[in-house]
Amino acid sequence: MGKIRVAFPHVGNYYVPAKFLFSNILDVEVVDAPFITNKTLELGEKQSPTNVCMPFKYTLGTLLEVADKADVLLQLGGGCKYGYYGELQEKIIHDLGYDIRFYNIVTAGRIDFFRVYKYMKEIDPKFKIYKGAYYFFLTYKMIKYMDSIDHYIRANVGFEVWSGEFLSINNKMLQEFSCVKSYRELRRIYKKYFKLIRSVRLNKPEKIVKIGVIGELYTVMEPFSNYYLEKELARFNMSITRYTNASYLLFSKGKYVRNNIKRVDKYVKYKMGADATDNVIRTYDMCKNGYDGIIHIKSAFCTPEIGGMGIINKICRENDVPILFFSFDSSSSSVGIKTRLEAFNDMIEMRNG
Amino acid sequence: MESYLGIDIGSISTKGVIIDSSNNIIVSSYIWTNGDPISSVKSLISELKSKLPTDYVVKGIGTTGSARKLIGLMVDACVVKNEITAHAVGTMTIDPSVRTILEIGGQDSKIILINNGVITDYAMNTLCAAGTGAFLSSQAKRLGIPIDEFGDMALSSICPARIAARCTVFAESDLIHKAQMGYKREDIVAGLCKSVVLNYLNNVGKGKKIEGPIYFQGGVSKNKGVIKYFNEVLKTNVKVDPRGHLMGAFGVAILASRIKSDKVYDLKFTDIDFETKGYECAKCSNNCEIVRIYKNNKLIDSWGSVCGNVGT
Repeated sequence: MGKIRVAFPHVGNYYVPAKFLFSNILDVEVVDAPFITNKTLELGEKQSPTNVCMPFKYTLGTLLEVADKADVLLQLGGGCKYGYYGELQEKIIHDLGYDIRFYNIVTAGRIDFFRVYKYMKEIDPKFKIYKGAYYFFLTYKMIKYMDSIDHYIRANVGFEVWSGEFLSINNKMLQEFSCVKSYRELRRIYKKYFKLIRSVRLNKPEKIVKIGVIGELYTVMEPFSNYYLEKELARFNMSITRYTNASYLLFSKGKYVRNNIKRVDKYVKYKMGADATDNVIRTYDMCKNGYDGIIHIKSAFCTPEIGGMGIINKICRENDVPILFFSFDSSSSSVGIKTRLEAFNDMIEMRNG
Repeated sequence: MESYLGIDIGSISTKGVIIDSSNNIIVSSYIWTNGDPISSVKSLISELKSKLPTDYVVKGIGTTGSARKLIGLMVDACVVKNEITAHAVGTMTIDPSVRTILEIGGQDSKIILINNGVITDYAMNTLCAAGTGAFLSSQAKRLGIPIDEFGDMALSSICPARIAARCTVFAESDLIHKAQMGYKREDIVAGLCKSVVLNYLNNVGKGKKIEGPIYFQGGVSKNKGVIKYFNEVLKTNVKVDPRGHLMGAFGVAILASRIKSDKVYDLKFTDIDFETKGYECAKCSNNCEIVRIYKNNKLIDSWGSVCGNVGT
């Protein structure tokens, strides 16, 4: 019998650190899920409840695409207000007749250390806690480095002289990241690419248009699900800022919200679930820091974000910062999105004179 | 003399205007798209050309509307702009003091907020087409009322029926229910007009500060019933320009006139053969729908793929 095969859904480029982590701490074979395409969405949509959000459909679609190639599925759903996220996907997959083990790492918005330890032991009885901790730390650092490079790329990709240069450097970096052995090696690679990425030739105008992208976490992080919004914005020579990324969500979100919610107590007093509170704080900060516009994206039917939208709209109106809301559904057409983005760009150009 | 052509190709109708260099409309035309933008633009242009005085030469063409990219390619336009900017530019030229533009077209509805001649905010319906022209015309058909009489009929109602405004499907079942209960036709028609207004304000206009002067445009602005309920709900008079339906074409013609080029267009498109072929690329599971445009059987452009593959 071969090794146990493990698979998990895609979010942006984070399959690289996830694969790195699981293939190092467990004696398993990590199966690469196919990248998200229209087929993924079709599959996910067919098996999901109609009114569930798009991330559910995307991740379920990916899981179904790899289900017959894997023995164990991992899912991180459950940070959402919609509590039975992973549980429902598990049920759907089992009801479809797949004899497959399903582990949901995040339940009820929390990662319970002992439960995850138990899961790891179940997948691989020889799982060692110190080895797990070492690679967890390494993965944590890797995600941090990835996000910091990403942050720089997003701010500058609209001004690159040779288009595609950032992307190819980033892909090379991910490739090297995926086979590091030690922290020192990881750091060396990061430093190398840090320098490389800053040496990319840019053609920056005097006045840089700064756009903030906020919204529901999956839609923000998975470019397929937002119809490559950031790519479109970069085409208009805009500098994009996005704070929602894996390192923020997994490691610093709780503290950030706790420490900053006071500053926006004029608008929110209590946590609103998922990322709505964070987005309100981010909107407030972006409005105060002279951003030229904010784009809020979410999947249709995402309850926490719907709650936040009214407040975000109010903050933007008070500070006279234009905001554009997008709600993506499986039937959204990319042409309509382009029309709105084009108009958004025209508007900002007109405002800036 | 110099003149500039603006074409607005919408889902339902195709609009064209030719303006002179001081932004006066010389000729205009309004025809149905009938689902075939290429041939409707051909007949639109030949109509405009026959009406245009011979001492004018067209020095710029702009296109807008949902088929702007295709038609822009076909007529070799110097400006291809989205409807939002085009409408705003057109309306601001007519009335520089405009603050709000309400626009309800065949398939989309939008609101544009303007301050000091600058677009400050806008919104466009995203997921739902409830309360647009297509909805009204399909309901008019269901009730057996010609769409031009719809507005007048609504005005004659004293007590409009309450019709759910949220969703086209629910509005339709509500409408059938009201009809089966024996409501008068004019009350139902008035209720529909009101539901369009409420749906628009709750959906597209949500959270937007609507200030006067307000201009109401798009095909639905020809409907007197809808105008009446906009006035009633907003508690002011919305302005409807008789040229309101041409505003997109007018705006993009102005944008074309701002581009200084020496190019002269002869407006001879009738004998050029344009063809678009769509096919599903099978190279990966994205199955992108790639559209290829042929001019006299020669491939001139292609779009629609995620990866940049043009399809050979």
